[in-house]
Amino acid sequence: MSVLVNKNTKVICQGFTGSQGTFHSQQAMDYGTKMVGGVTPNKGGQDHLGLPVFNTVAEARAKTGCNASVIYVPPPFAGDAILEAIDADIELIVCITEGIPVKDMVTVRRAIEGSKSRLIGPNCPGIITPDECKIGIMPGHIHTRGNIGIISRSGTLTYEAVAQTGAVGLGQSTCIGIGGDPVNGTNFIDCLELFMDDDETEAILMIGEIGGTAEIEAAEYYKSLKHKKPIAGFIAGATAPAGKRMGHAGAIISGGDDTAEAKMEMMRSCGFVVSESPAGLGNAVVEALSKKVRAA
Amino acid sequence: MNVHEYQGKELLKDYGVAIPDGLVAFHVEDAVRAAETLPGPLYVVKAQIHAGGRGAGYFKNNPEGKGGVRLCKTLDEVRNAAEAMFGQILVTKQTGESGKEVQRLYITDGVDIEKEYYCSLLLDRATSWLTFIVSTEGGMDIEEVAENHPEKILKVSIDPATGMQSYHARRLAFGLGLKKEAMKSAGRFFMALYKAFNELDASIIEINPMIVTDQNEVMALDAKLNFDDSALYRQKKVADMHDETEDDPKELEAHKYDLSYVSLDGNIGCMVNGAGLAMATMDIIKLCGGEPANFLDVGGGADKEKVTAAFKIILSDPKVEGVLVNIFGGIMKCDIIAEGIVAAAKDVSLSVPLVVRLAGTNVEKGKEILSNSGLPIIPASDLGDAAEKIVAATQHSKVA
Repeated sequence: MSVLVNKNTKVICQGFTGSQGTFHSQQAMDYGTKMVGGVTPNKGGQDHLGLPVFNTVAEARAKTGCNASVIYVPPPFAGDAILEAIDADIELIVCITEGIPVKDMVTVRRAIEGSKSRLIGPNCPGIITPDECKIGIMPGHIHTRGNIGIISRSGTLTYEAVAQTGAVGLGQSTCIGIGGDPVNGTNFIDCLELFMDDDETEAILMIGEIGGTAEIEAAEYYKSLKHKKPIAGFIAGATAPAGKRMGHAGAIISGGDDTAEAKMEMMRSCGFVVSESPAGLGNAVVEALSKKVRAA
Repeated sequence: MNVHEYQGKELLKDYGVAIPDGLVAFHVEDAVRAAETLPGPLYVVKAQIHAGGRGAGYFKNNPEGKGGVRLCKTLDEVRNAAEAMFGQILVTKQTGESGKEVQRLYITDGVDIEKEYYCSLLLDRATSWLTFIVSTEGGMDIEEVAENHPEKILKVSIDPATGMQSYHARRLAFGLGLKKEAMKSAGRFFMALYKAFNELDASIIEINPMIVTDQNEVMALDAKLNFDDSALYRQKKVADMHDETEDDPKELEAHKYDLSYVSLDGNIGCMVNGAGLAMATMDIIKLCGGEPANFLDVGGGADKEKVTAAFKIILSDPKVEGVLVNIFGGIMKCDIIAEGIVAAAKDVSLSVPLVVRLAGTNVEKGKEILSNSGLPIIPASDLGDAAEKIVAATQHSKVA
């Protein structure tokens, strides 16, 4: 098993014929992802990368039976693209686009509630179940299939986590990049729930950063669980000064619980093995796993 | 993006938010002329810089003197205040010790204040709903109030599905215990703030103090507005208000190349792809005993031009005694990056130690390009190795 995506996931791409959509759809197909078509308004009826292009998501859904969509639409139009996918009842929507206005995401977030859709992102690398399905921009070749579930707010720092778990001889069940924006779809708690229920996942690595309180809430959620899996974590931005936005729209310290120190402290007190160093991610997972053995 | 108080008030006024009359001035004579158009008998001269705490701040040339907000009773007093402030460095608890030069003044009508309140509107990240925060403790540091008197803070969140309704405004007004006579004005005030926030893609509007006048009118005596950078493409009026003199010149230059750069106090320059990895790189430098000079994310699509620009910006900081490049290639191929690094290092005739850590797509090709370049580049095998090497190299250069 794995979470959210596997070899049977049928994926369409919104923004399919654009340069990003084209490049990453080709990469996904080469990796083995079951791409079944794409959407570009006014280009319906054409073929692209050997797959059909549709004018609307609803049409793509009806003709291909897709259950996931990946979005590479430019920021001014990305909110609309997500809403269209929600309206078409796409089960899993992965939005890679960076720089969507917050106001547009507030509307999206409200529309997701009560819908049949789950959104990953925006401003994220995507989601991958190694050897089965890659939806997003991560380099497929660094991943190996295994038993560690990875959740992260960042892109390249997720790759770092993948490389480090690989270096200590562990692989990944599924890696989910939830994105660096202040308003997003799937959050840490959603992912923890999924990994707790997944038979293949033996331990979890959660990578957060400064800004917001999502990691604090996730740590409290983890603590409240009756049946826990070993968990390790890291928070980026311990050296970031308050009031300065560190690249990600969501990574800014505004005071209170949103510092790296406060988050790491809370995670530790809730049972995480926390690595102070970003070079210690792999070892932190090993330590979390060994704790489990001792406890058993 | 931040704007000055007078600009924020100009924007709010268009939405019907009541503000005292006032005019901006760029010279002493402007300031006096502005005051002449106001009714008097009381004028307020306010320094316009992007930082709070102006009233309690001090000027570097006269630390014992008055701060950046001065009450004047005559036109002569306005002239004296303007002369004392223009071109001088104002230090507040938000500017840091270096302070900020005052280049603009806002001359406003002095109003009769019955009582001061606090009011702000921002996104609650936990719910993704816009939320009003109000308090009867006006003019105070709201974080202190929240810490010491949480019962004096009222939060009202607005469901985006319905938008703001009259009952939200009533909850705010009754919550603050406003008099019956001020209710109507308060309702208009809160509704106007919400409309302005939404239509202008604001990320925070803070009115501190919000006041009730002796005429029972609710007004914004101060206004701090911040806007969503991602939405500026559709907010031309706001974008045009940008005052570049308020920005760090290096951050401004980085922005031109679509690089995300933040200046810090240390001596190790960093160039990284991805915001999370860039923060993590700063963190590990510190853990190894060094201090990062900057945050710099070159983004996902860096090419030779961007890498060169990034190098120039990093090296334009005289504090930089070494540079650490940390690239985890995904979409970015390591060989392309390596070519960019070699070209840039030659172009800027690099004279400080350079440690490069490459990983990911085409990493072997990238390493080969670096080692064949003939440049004294110190290669690193992983994140920990890279941080140790740059810290050692910069400490060594200090001894030498």
